[in-house]
Amino acid sequence: MTAKIAYDEVEVGTELPAQSFPVTRATLVQYAGASGDFNPIHWNEKFAVEVGLPDVIAHGMFTMAEAIRVVTDWAGDPAAVVEYGVRFTKPVVVPNDGTGALIEVSAKVAAKLDDQQVRVDITAMSAGQKVLGMSRAVVRLA
Amino acid sequence: MALDQSFVGRTYPPTAPYEVGREKIREFAEAIGDANPAYTDTEAAKALGHSDVIAPPTFVFAITFKAAGAVIEDPQLGLDYSRVVHGDQKFAYTRPVRAGDRLSVTSTIEAIKSLAGNDILDIRGEVHDASGEHVVTAWTKLVSRAPEGA
Repeated sequence: MTAKIAYDEVEVGTELPAQSFPVTRATLVQYAGASGDFNPIHWNEKFAVEVGLPDVIAHGMFTMAEAIRVVTDWAGDPAAVVEYGVRFTKPVVVPNDGTGALIEVSAKVAAKLDDQQVRVDITAMSAGQKVLGMSRAVVRLA
Repeated sequence: MALDQSFVGRTYPPTAPYEVGREKIREFAEAIGDANPAYTDTEAAKALGHSDVIAPPTFVFAITFKAAGAVIEDPQLGLDYSRVVHGDQKFAYTRPVRAGDRLSVTSTIEAIKSLAGNDILDIRGEVHDASGEHVVTAWTKLVSRAPEGA
């Protein structure tokens, strides 16, 4: 494990480079295939509306996968992540308009822990709404 | 109807091993648009100290969720899966999942709660490799929403 960020060089409040991740219907179909989660709420608009959703929504696990990229890109080695948890608070609605949705992710160091570890708090937004709650990672730095 | 509290603490038998394929990791990394070479380039992964390509942190969910199916579909438990939404998800990693791993999952019901007619189920999946080494623990919270008018 070789994180490229040194523990001694970060402080509480250090911001990680923010990133935005586009998601279209095609993205969701590709993720369904790769993950094996073929729930129709992620690709079938008629089904999604029938079960009370505004439209097709992204897989929560897709959103979770995108959000941690801000941390793994920063740390260098994805294995630097020792803990990662989220709460799925709002769905990412993905309209069939060729543009889809945007997941905007920012993160900052919230606490310095023992053993070269830090806690990173992650904020994931889509269409002006927070889509993940309690989104936190513990990362072991160099 | 509230779920039976006596299921709390119940552990299900370990799943048959899932063999993690290099191309499956690549497919997953491409699906999330993540170009980190540790997922696709063995040399890049080795430069980071890994013996082979590793999987993105959330990759293992596909395996633990499939294992949780034994709980979700347990007819004795009687969860109404058509009303289930994913509430929380957490992972704690001993090491990353890597290509060639043969992973087995042991699922345990950690908690059952009833809140405003919703059934809330906490499932812990312990993932071990073929040598018995712990790889990752996954905690999945499922919420079965109360039927309308209940």
